[in-house]
Amino acid sequence: MRVSAAAVGRFCRRKPLGAAGGLIVVGLVLLALFADRIAPYDFDETIAGARMRPPSARFWMGTDNLGRDVWTRVVFGARVSMTVGFGAVLLGTALATVIGVTSGYVAGGYDTVVQRIVDAWQSFPFLIIVLSLMAVLGPGRLNVILALGVAGAAGASRVIRSATVAVIGNPYVEGARALGCGHLRILARHVLPNVAAPIIILATIGLGSAILAESALSFLGFGVPPPYPSWGGMLSGSGRSYMYQAPWMALWPGAAISLAVYGFNMLGDALRDVLDPRLRGTTGGPIR
Amino acid sequence: MCGYVLHRLCVAIPSLLIASFIVFALPRLIPGDVVQLMLEEQAAGRNLDDLRAQLGLDRPLAIQYVEWLGRVARGDLGESLWTKRPVLGELARRLPVSLELGLLAICFSVAIALPVGILAAVRQDTAADYVARSAAILGLSVPGYWVATLVIVLPAIWWGWSPAPGFVDFRANPWGHLAQFVLPALILGVASAAALMRMTRAMLLEVLRQDYVRTAWSKGLRERAVVLRHGMANAIIPVVTILGLHVAQLFGGTVIFETIFGLPGMGLFLFDAISQRDYPVIQGANLLIVAVVVATNLLVDLLYAVVDPRIRY
Repeated sequence: MRVSAAAVGRFCRRKPLGAAGGLIVVGLVLLALFADRIAPYDFDETIAGARMRPPSARFWMGTDNLGRDVWTRVVFGARVSMTVGFGAVLLGTALATVIGVTSGYVAGGYDTVVQRIVDAWQSFPFLIIVLSLMAVLGPGRLNVILALGVAGAAGASRVIRSATVAVIGNPYVEGARALGCGHLRILARHVLPNVAAPIIILATIGLGSAILAESALSFLGFGVPPPYPSWGGMLSGSGRSYMYQAPWMALWPGAAISLAVYGFNMLGDALRDVLDPRLRGTTGGPIR
Repeated sequence: MCGYVLHRLCVAIPSLLIASFIVFALPRLIPGDVVQLMLEEQAAGRNLDDLRAQLGLDRPLAIQYVEWLGRVARGDLGESLWTKRPVLGELARRLPVSLELGLLAICFSVAIALPVGILAAVRQDTAADYVARSAAILGLSVPGYWVATLVIVLPAIWWGWSPAPGFVDFRANPWGHLAQFVLPALILGVASAAALMRMTRAMLLEVLRQDYVRTAWSKGLRERAVVLRHGMANAIIPVVTILGLHVAQLFGGTVIFETIFGLPGMGLFLFDAISQRDYPVIQGANLLIVAVVVATNLLVDLLYAVVDPRIRY
């Protein structure tokens, strides 16, 4: 799928909120990539005599109970959120695509068995299954990606399966079969490109959810272990204990999570409007 | 109707069996030996093998699973490895707290989502729509546990007010009991309302483009009649579906909110059990949650027939 500059310009004009979301996402990705250069201190550097300082010109977001710069930790926290967000969504989408496309295409007994497993998996509330998986895997960035990816794949696979079932009923798939195309070729050339839109929408919306879930896990103590800063982790432990004396310790990480998820959701919402043909066309107002 | 319910229950059996195996196997994969942990912490003074045999953890996994399933069928969920209390009794005591929190959250969610979603769809691409959509996405984006923390801490800093500590029983103080649920339910409900509002808007937009709605406009019906009687009545089914799915997610949310607000519900119970590797409690709580989710899905399916007269079972 090629995206031209003109198409991006058209998207920005038609969907200004989505464009704003895209801008936030690009900003956060840059923050995560260049955290070493942007942050004024090291993430666990203790600044002598600067314990729980309020926001000032020197410490934009104040300092924490150990005298560490909160802005620095928020910048490095973007790395955790972005890597976990993109990693979990990449893994979850890949798993969901394999499960959904094969289940919808192969159908029959295989579809029934796979769907019953998906049913069982979906009967667990997302956070509870992720918590249980994290208890098995143990804390750590890679494990969070694994848990979120696996837990999120079931729901997404349902949507992709439905899209696949709709696509394989089209005459062009029947035509490809009549011409003697193999299953792999039909899947790669005719099915996958036509289910790409829901996959892109699911992935973009899933990014916000993954960042939110990672922060919740870190908040509960099952995410990325200290001293590496994660936004959710900064809100738990000392962030909560010292909140009465230094509210900025928990204020900024929470604002960072909200901004990141807001950006991804805005972008995902706009992409869905653009890529879903059912939402295009006339408005539903009265005839004038 | 009875035939349909029976059919649905039969279809649910394989999924429930798979879910029960996940419920049973997952806690056993948690690293660390619970028996060793118990001996260290409780200084029981017995040897590891004896305690493991006493707890039935020395037998093969498959046998443990079949035995556990048999006990579950007889209504015996075992005892907590730590408190020695029957799991079923503990769950029966804690489930109403979580249900109360969840139901109140759903009430808040519906009360916010439906009017705002309808307004956003009817006034598509106007300032009202942009504000409603932005607010909905903001509601989805702000972490509930962060808002909950701020709601507890900021009023305490500014006005010296904080929620009453400890759980208030309904029989002791009905108003105090209800009041302690309002804040967590409202925060939980706002996040749920955001998704529900988006679905309401999207479905209503699709319905409002149908020919029969155009006909309704052409007949000169008032906007309220067109939107509510012709539009919303046909857009409600996916909204009900999303509401059903939210019941499962609200159970997940209770883990965080019961921890923050100190409500002795299922979520807090499960969270403590996962931290302490208390197998029978993890299994029992997860099994009950799965049963509630499956029952809710069935209820949602039956509700379709109520909201849409074309559907008959």
